[in-house]
Amino acid sequence: MMIIKNLTVSVAEKKILDDISFSFEKNKVYALMGPNGSGKSTLAYTLAGHPAYVLSKRSRIKYQSIDIGSLTADKRAKKGIFLSFQSPLSLNGVTVFQLLRLALSGKKDPVAIKREMEKLGKELKIKPELLKRSLNEGASGGEKKKLELLQAVILGAEFLIFDEIDTGVDVDALKTIATYLDSIKKGKTVLLITHYNRILKYIKPDKVVVLVNGQIVKTGDHKLAEEIEANGYTKYQKHIG
Amino acid sequence: MKQSNLDFNYKYGFSMPESNVYKSRKGISDKVIRDISTIKNEPSWMTDFRLKAYEFFKTKPMPKWGADLSKINFDDIYYYIKPTNELKNSWDELPKEIKDTYDKIGVPEAEKKFLAGVSAQYESEVVYESIQKELTKKGIIFCDMDSGLKKYPEIVKKYFGTVISPYDNKFAALNSSVWSGGSFVYVPKGVKVDLPLQAYFRINAQNFGQFERTLIIAEEDSFVHYIEGCTAPIYSTSSLHAAVVEIIVKPGARVRYTTVQNWSKNVYNLVTKRAKVFDNALMEWVDCNIGSYVTMKYPSCYLVGRGARGEVLSIAYSGHGQHQDAGAKMIHLAPETTSRIISKSISKDGGRTSYRGLVHVSPVARDAKVYVSCDALLIDEKSRSDTYPDMKISNQQVDVQHEATVEKIGEEKLFYLASRGISKIEAEGMLVNGFIEPVTREIPLEYSIELNRLVNLEMAGSVG
Repeated sequence: MMIIKNLTVSVAEKKILDDISFSFEKNKVYALMGPNGSGKSTLAYTLAGHPAYVLSKRSRIKYQSIDIGSLTADKRAKKGIFLSFQSPLSLNGVTVFQLLRLALSGKKDPVAIKREMEKLGKELKIKPELLKRSLNEGASGGEKKKLELLQAVILGAEFLIFDEIDTGVDVDALKTIATYLDSIKKGKTVLLITHYNRILKYIKPDKVVVLVNGQIVKTGDHKLAEEIEANGYTKYQKHIG
Repeated sequence: MKQSNLDFNYKYGFSMPESNVYKSRKGISDKVIRDISTIKNEPSWMTDFRLKAYEFFKTKPMPKWGADLSKINFDDIYYYIKPTNELKNSWDELPKEIKDTYDKIGVPEAEKKFLAGVSAQYESEVVYESIQKELTKKGIIFCDMDSGLKKYPEIVKKYFGTVISPYDNKFAALNSSVWSGGSFVYVPKGVKVDLPLQAYFRINAQNFGQFERTLIIAEEDSFVHYIEGCTAPIYSTSSLHAAVVEIIVKPGARVRYTTVQNWSKNVYNLVTKRAKVFDNALMEWVDCNIGSYVTMKYPSCYLVGRGARGEVLSIAYSGHGQHQDAGAKMIHLAPETTSRIISKSISKDGGRTSYRGLVHVSPVARDAKVYVSCDALLIDEKSRSDTYPDMKISNQQVDVQHEATVEKIGEEKLFYLASRGISKIEAEGMLVNGFIEPVTREIPLEYSIELNRLVNLEMAGSVG
């Protein structure tokens, strides 16, 4: 699905990711863990194509066998890559429906989008007025993350990156989000970036990847997440130091 | 007065071969003014009105504040062009090039769909007008200003120049001396006009000045919505549009005046618009300035009756080379008067927008309420936005709220939308339309769609 090779990424000339290689497969859920500043969000932004993240010459990102390293973010999104933001921005005067209608123009009928949106809104327990308002305006942390998930589903994304979907989200909302995500994961790749183990109770990762100082220091199954929850990252940081 | 980098996306930039039955010589003089008045067969009071205004115009210096007007050459302008010999009320009777022009702009189509009356001005004169028969039966008058003066001299003489004196400012004086065309609207007591009346203004000739004059009188408890649209061809030399619009809103009446100004980017648009609002009456200006080279326009409400309300909803868009100096004036001259100004401006590609507003609350305006909100959106670093909000509050018992914001579209919002598959150009268009949404939702649907389309076109045009 997605293969990254020798990925070295800098922001404002500062190296954040250091020669990472990894393969993400279809039908799998990945948990990306690591201490603050280890480069987790950078990886998310890089895969989505943020223009501020500069790749080294040797870096390769292949998605569905196509080199997407030089594609702009909108073109990557059109190929099925979706990024759910850590802190989604509010968009003044733009509703989620307007956003989806524009993103899917020529692909999906607006009436169908609306219907799908309302149905999904109910399943995710999103207050109906939030769908009519400017996107994310006056929404709580949990509601914002639900709206991100709703967009991912309606856009038909196949590679879903969730940057800290569990931050600022209460227990009930987290359960709703994770359970729903678990129910739709088939045929997709899900990459969860998280500090905590709590979301992983509702959606079990097939693989846990630990990122420290811009490098992958350990991979394992879901037990690795539990081990980190108990002992922290100290021993991996030492390993590098 | 050369301009460069014209936007070739401007849909109305075409010109037609010039044809006319009379064209004044270049420049302005007593003779030119007398000739206009003679051709129009006006009463002598109007000729005098014109000549006095011209005396004032000559002595008054150019305004030093606001946009740069130093390149206007008053001697290089044609002040009066009469395109046809008579006014028509069937599109098919118009000369082909004029009919084609309005077809391209889409006027006859709009008329069929959602208008109660239409007036179309080409150069100096209204060439077409129509009004639904039921409205005439109810006593509503909607005609060009020249016919108004001929057919209803008492009403015109009573109100003409009473809201905006010919000595108000240099451009009101210029308009008062060479005015031609514009609309005369009279709505009798208690009559409500459900569908809008619309006037279209078209400049076709080069180096031309259009000086229409509009007078709207809404008697007690009446309602009317008047819409104006303006377009012109793209020329490398500049044209001048200096209109005067006077509105009288009698007790309990409501007038809404919507402008979609889309002049080509070689037009100086210097307009004076003012309403006198009586007891418990409501005046609403919806003012959208997308086109023109330079605009200076500050629709005003003189709130003279107890409980009078005034509103200005304003959108200004400035692209490369443009300067929109727009805003509003609210003068509270009676107790319990309310005013609301909402201004949204967008600057892109080095364009410049200025919000210039005056709110004056006089000592007698007890319990007045004032709300001013002006938001500016900058699309890039090259562009500029300024805010000049002036408040003169001479009464202690006043509720004043003022908000002003400047925001940039910003990479993060664009990236957010890009991560949903939306390109930069589409995203900018959507964000700008979202930004002006509080104003566009007040405009009839047909116009808000057109406005959104225009914004998308402007956003796309300057990137390519």
